[in-house]
Amino acid sequence: MEDILRIGGREIKNRLFIGTGKFSSYNVMKLALEASNAEIVTVALRRVDEASKTENILDYIPKRCILAANTSGARNADEAVRIARLAKAAGCGNWVKIEVIQDNKYLLPDNLETVKATETLAKEGFIVLPYMSPDLSMARRLVDAGAAAVMPLGSPIGSNRGFKTRELVEILISEIKIPVIVDAGLGAPSSACECMEAGCAAVLVNTAIAIAEDPVVMAKAFSDAVKAGRMAYVSGIPRSEKNARASSPLTGFLRNE
Amino acid sequence: MSFYDLYSQYRDIDTAFGPITRRDPEKALSAKSPGIKDFLALLSLPAETYLEEMAVKSHKLTLQYFGKTIQLYTPLYLSNYCDNRCVYCGFNADNKIERKRLTPKEVESEAKVIAATGLQHILVLTGESRTQSPLSYIKECVDVLKNYFSSISVEIYALTDREYAELVLAGADGLTIYQEAYDKEVYKAMHPSGPKNDYRFRLDAPARGAGSGMRNVNIGALLGLDDWRKEVFWLGLHAKYLQDKFPDVEVGASLPRLRPHAGHFTIPHKVSDRAMVQTIAALRIFLPRLGISISTREEAGFRENLISIGITRMSAGSSTYVGGHTIPKHNTDTLPQFEISDTRDVSGIMGMLERKGYQPVLKDWLRI
Amino acid sequence: MVIKINGRAESVEKSSTIIELVSKRGLSAEKIVIEHNLRIVPTEEWSGIALKENDNIEIVSFVGGG
Repeated sequence: MEDILRIGGREIKNRLFIGTGKFSSYNVMKLALEASNAEIVTVALRRVDEASKTENILDYIPKRCILAANTSGARNADEAVRIARLAKAAGCGNWVKIEVIQDNKYLLPDNLETVKATETLAKEGFIVLPYMSPDLSMARRLVDAGAAAVMPLGSPIGSNRGFKTRELVEILISEIKIPVIVDAGLGAPSSACECMEAGCAAVLVNTAIAIAEDPVVMAKAFSDAVKAGRMAYVSGIPRSEKNARASSPLTGFLRNE
Repeated sequence: MSFYDLYSQYRDIDTAFGPITRRDPEKALSAKSPGIKDFLALLSLPAETYLEEMAVKSHKLTLQYFGKTIQLYTPLYLSNYCDNRCVYCGFNADNKIERKRLTPKEVESEAKVIAATGLQHILVLTGESRTQSPLSYIKECVDVLKNYFSSISVEIYALTDREYAELVLAGADGLTIYQEAYDKEVYKAMHPSGPKNDYRFRLDAPARGAGSGMRNVNIGALLGLDDWRKEVFWLGLHAKYLQDKFPDVEVGASLPRLRPHAGHFTIPHKVSDRAMVQTIAALRIFLPRLGISISTREEAGFRENLISIGITRMSAGSSTYVGGHTIPKHNTDTLPQFEISDTRDVSGIMGMLERKGYQPVLKDWLRI
Repeated sequence: MVIKINGRAESVEKSSTIIELVSKRGLSAEKIVIEHNLRIVPTEEWSGIALKENDNIEIVSFVGGG
């Protein structure tokens, strides 16, 4: 049976989502996207101040990919909503990754504003993927607000520290019915694999691929790690502890029956 | 999604899950968080080989989640008027028994006697009669009981959302309502007439109570009416549904077992002690924080053994007669709802728990 | 007259249209989105909208981002 992730009415086979920031060139980014076979790709929106000679990033993203606009730069819900609408008008489709950050030291998200933005955008028909700190109550509110998935952080953005939030994310995985996608902080393929073994629906990686010595090979490495972790999860990682069974101290009283 | 929808989805258990092999209970025992199929495997015939392992795991989980504590409560029967004809019940409308309803004053006398034992959790019960024991009467009784008990649960006929909210406002914090039989056909056969005949209204009652502000919701299957493996499976699924949908509500399950008694009713599917142990262990492994109650229907020695398996609540000093705490038994012609096996009083049960190294909990909640 | 473009005050010719602004800055229409006083303006309306004193214009386009 094929293992398919369903989000927003789409069927996704590759559970590695890739962010497009920090690559040395659009060309390298393009090769990395091709090597990883990623299907979900995030892009951001920025002000254009003058005749930019840079080319259109969208031309470098394989046509089969689903684009999700990242609202990075938004400091509150209103700004996130505004950026999402602009992105849609610019031809990004209706997928949006909500990222609302007021803290420039740790780049940790503002969950409350994220819920507000999710609610507004989901009502407008966006497929909303909110980036969040892993918190069960907030995740439930995001589900109620209409999120298509939740994206808890593994560790702070760009920190490459790995799956530090595992305990909290595991709670989300067991309680939240929509896909849980770990986003941010995954510095090595082993971390991405660990997320998938724990039962995450997907992971989103950007920095670790973009700043690798060879981003193209690293993209492939992440893609394979995600596949391996997913296969391990689906096949049921055994946790067996075989104790000898000599006596029946707890059920011995049943012998008289 | 209502629980009825979930029930419909898995109604044909064999088709929904496929055959259970010997490997399945093993897998379920080593699973990190056992799922629905694991639960089914733990209830299966092949799992009987692993009963001791199941008991050990259940015991460990119970200690981990509840510590060495057992909560005590006692039932208070307000009225035995009933419009239903549940074939197994002493209150059946066709039974020619003396019908009685306590006045608020009599309720107060009962409350005083029970409160003097130290119990702070009370479970009030009535038969189903909207004319003889209407909601207004039950609210009146709750209002009296508030002065004596810190937690009041009701075990009465199924209500609407609004009515449950009214009861919560009146001071009730717990709802106990058993589906008795989850299998729809068996249910219909066991409840041939009266308002309780409405299967679906009863099935979704616990969710209505939980959604209307009840802090504790306790469900149950009357074991013996149908194949216990199937019934306990539905019971566990129902409990999980409630836990998932209402994370702020304490969900509990009761395992009342039909015992042979003098009545006309013959038990369709006898349930062994072994099956009771398997039931408790499977529920515990599937739902570690589920409250599990065992009533005084069961014999003293058996109840004591079940403490180590995984139960968390016991009734004590019970009487299943209306007015049974104040009126001596020989003075009453009424029938009990069912026969009591463990007749020890509250201090007797407390002494037994303390000797076993358990703390009897008389109160774990305070109304403010 | 003075209008705000991407948060900065700039002077432009009186009653220029959006399309004039875009071409003057050498931007290609298919790469950008324009927001005029918080309203997203579809490309086909660019020629019909004359700018007024103190108008707010945002010009944005896609870049790489996580």
